[in-house]
Amino acid sequence: MLNAGLTVLGLSRFQFAMTTVFHFFFVPFSIGLAFVVAVMETMYVAKKDETYKKMAQFWGKMFLYSFAVGVVTGIIQEFQFGMNWSEYSRFMGDIFGAPLAIEALAAFFLESTFIGLWMFTWERFKPGIHALFIWLVAIGSSLSAVWILAANSFMQNPVGFAINKSTGRVVMTSFSAVVKNPQLWLELPHVLMGAGITASFVVAGCSAWRLLKKDHVSFYRKSLNIALVIGLIASLGSVASGDFQTRYLIKEQPMKFAAMEGLYKDSTNKGEWAIYSSFNTKQHKTTSSLDVPYVLNILSYHKFSGTVKGQNTVNKELHATYDKKFGKNMNYYVPTKTLFWSFRLMAVAGGLFALVAIVGLFFNRKKSQTIMKQRWFLYIMGLMIWLPFLVNTAGWFITEFGRYPWVVYGLLTIADAVSPTSTVGSLLFTNIVYFLLFAGLGLVMIVLSHRALKAGPDAVQMNGYSSEDTEGKVEDPYGTEAFNHD
Amino acid sequence: MTSAQILWFLLIGVLFSGFFFLEGFDFGIGMAVRFFGRNTAERDTIIQTIGPHWDGNEVWLITAGGAMFASFPMWYASLFSGYYLVLFLILVALIFRGVSFEFRANMKTETWRNFWEWAATIGSFCAAFLFGMMFTSMIEGVPMDAEGNIFGSFTTYVNWFSLVGGVAVTLMCLIHGLNFLQLKTLGTLRDRAQAWNKLLYPVLIVGEVLFVVLLYISTDFFAKKPVSTWSILIVLVLLTLIAWWGVLKAHNWTAFIASGLSLISIVVLIFNGLFPRVMIATNSAHSILIKDASSSPYTLHIMTIVAFSILPIVLVYFIWSYWVFYKRLKSPKAA
Repeated sequence: MLNAGLTVLGLSRFQFAMTTVFHFFFVPFSIGLAFVVAVMETMYVAKKDETYKKMAQFWGKMFLYSFAVGVVTGIIQEFQFGMNWSEYSRFMGDIFGAPLAIEALAAFFLESTFIGLWMFTWERFKPGIHALFIWLVAIGSSLSAVWILAANSFMQNPVGFAINKSTGRVVMTSFSAVVKNPQLWLELPHVLMGAGITASFVVAGCSAWRLLKKDHVSFYRKSLNIALVIGLIASLGSVASGDFQTRYLIKEQPMKFAAMEGLYKDSTNKGEWAIYSSFNTKQHKTTSSLDVPYVLNILSYHKFSGTVKGQNTVNKELHATYDKKFGKNMNYYVPTKTLFWSFRLMAVAGGLFALVAIVGLFFNRKKSQTIMKQRWFLYIMGLMIWLPFLVNTAGWFITEFGRYPWVVYGLLTIADAVSPTSTVGSLLFTNIVYFLLFAGLGLVMIVLSHRALKAGPDAVQMNGYSSEDTEGKVEDPYGTEAFNHD
Repeated sequence: MTSAQILWFLLIGVLFSGFFFLEGFDFGIGMAVRFFGRNTAERDTIIQTIGPHWDGNEVWLITAGGAMFASFPMWYASLFSGYYLVLFLILVALIFRGVSFEFRANMKTETWRNFWEWAATIGSFCAAFLFGMMFTSMIEGVPMDAEGNIFGSFTTYVNWFSLVGGVAVTLMCLIHGLNFLQLKTLGTLRDRAQAWNKLLYPVLIVGEVLFVVLLYISTDFFAKKPVSTWSILIVLVLLTLIAWWGVLKAHNWTAFIASGLSLISIVVLIFNGLFPRVMIATNSAHSILIKDASSSPYTLHIMTIVAFSILPIVLVYFIWSYWVFYKRLKSPKAA
């Protein structure tokens, strides 16, 4: 777990965890919602049905809120490496900075330029061209995921590098190896599918709440349909990509995998998979667990036989490999409870998302009123709005806590990465301010989204930053009627 | 020092130049929200002038930061960890002003709309001031150990020179923002922005003179590079005068471009004075040099290919997006 106590290391870690988790509430939501909105606007272009245009504008509003918070918290992320982790930046600069810079160049410019164009040009470009803008935003935001995950993947699985003998720092030897990192191409689909789930289940949940009030029924039923189709594809894709990732972990990061499965001892050939376990993490023991046979082997190897190494075994192996360089006092055990429960949350939620999507699409089929009668189901969808955010966080908990004690796997420990200049006092201060700021921003986001939802699709105006327009009509501030040419 | 290292030193300068030129007027517009705009309708229009652009403008900062990390990790690590609290305050200011435009438009009560307008205004003031303060104190030289760790005291960051630098940059951004407003509006807003800048330019000239005097006292720029430093300063003053002339004659384009270029000339002054260093230590033996601070030749090579293949495309659509919104906004009628 996070180093308890007010140390520079503990506070730096807490700050990174806090900012990343908060930032990553908005990132997948924005990535996914850009696609959802793009699909809606494309439907408008194809079907020329004004409902879809209204839909793109309405859900686009929520995208704009999320995008704004995502941008400002993203700058914290970029600066943080230098501010709190300067030794890490020095050690990793040769490799880590490149994807960050490329992300800004190739993705952020695209995203931010075209979101500005998209917001303000509804009446100025042909619908087809205008829809292209939101697609470019969606592509831009996915590209940013590619590059940021390329950077993260190196930390998980360093490839294409050498160690400079005189400085002891990492030097890039092959850019293509960094980009082709298998870790990246396993992580990326899972993150993108997670983004799809996040956006679609928020849209579905919000629609469900409005349907419970019998508000704009046709509008929200159509929204629900689009969301659930995307949600179904994304949840199936997420389960599949998650499966690939897990099986990769068994080979590349066995400690992470053992902790996800709560294994201290090696598993037996029967492949018992624990639904529930309790642990004594100090003595590295599983104290009790409720097991189902064979599931572990099916998950790990897609067959009934085989064994998986437990943490105790992996610990010995890691000591054998790394003691020469890092000394005998290293603790290679990772936070087992966090990983074990995070994994179970992800697995259960993945199945639940797919199930709800299928049932929802069935209830919501055309010419049937079932969805309006199954109020319990609408409540379930409404409550599920929060679930994707928890699951995304759980995913990163596994990825990041599971790399303990390294910040770069096998190369640099977290303890060696912090800024030597940091002090407990300043870190404490910044942590408190960030916390209050994030709480405030989160609250405003919820209030604004809730308010937009209550005001309904008719109240949407896409002229961006204008204050409440009492007439509620759509006006383009850059349209010809807004100018006098004398 | 290899040519790739010099190229990237220049590129970082170019990215910061782009940032100050573009975000400079964003900051100025942000400051104008409360101090210049008299009512909600005016503030709507003021914010609308940067509505489609502020986000893209801020990406220049993100790119500059990322490019610095990629090409000069030692510089990035020393600067960012050494200016911990200053950067933290910049981040807070950028957060407040960043979300304020979107949030403000959706507030229902006067109080909350005021809150986010003040967030935009104060956030913009603080961000511009702190950036000015940071770069000014950086060129004075900072207490740094051999590993590049900065252990500064309060006066390392806050002293007469850095305060004047901060105020000067703030003023330049405000003026640049008002020049942008003149370029993008018609009617009362444009007239008032002109009237303000007529008064602000003499103040700026005084500020610039003060800045030059303190620059002479506090840095080694004149000792090490007298010719180039003086040349850049003369250009800075000339640009200021041209912009002032543009304001007086209502040549909006001239004024705007000149005030933008004068912000860039500050960046040029700093980068020229730094060269061949990236960080100046009070103990000159510990100063970080371009040749020691950079990434490996291979990484620089890759980054050069990437930058020169992507940046031109970015510039095309970036400039195009400005062209799409080239029209002026009408000032709201007086209530």
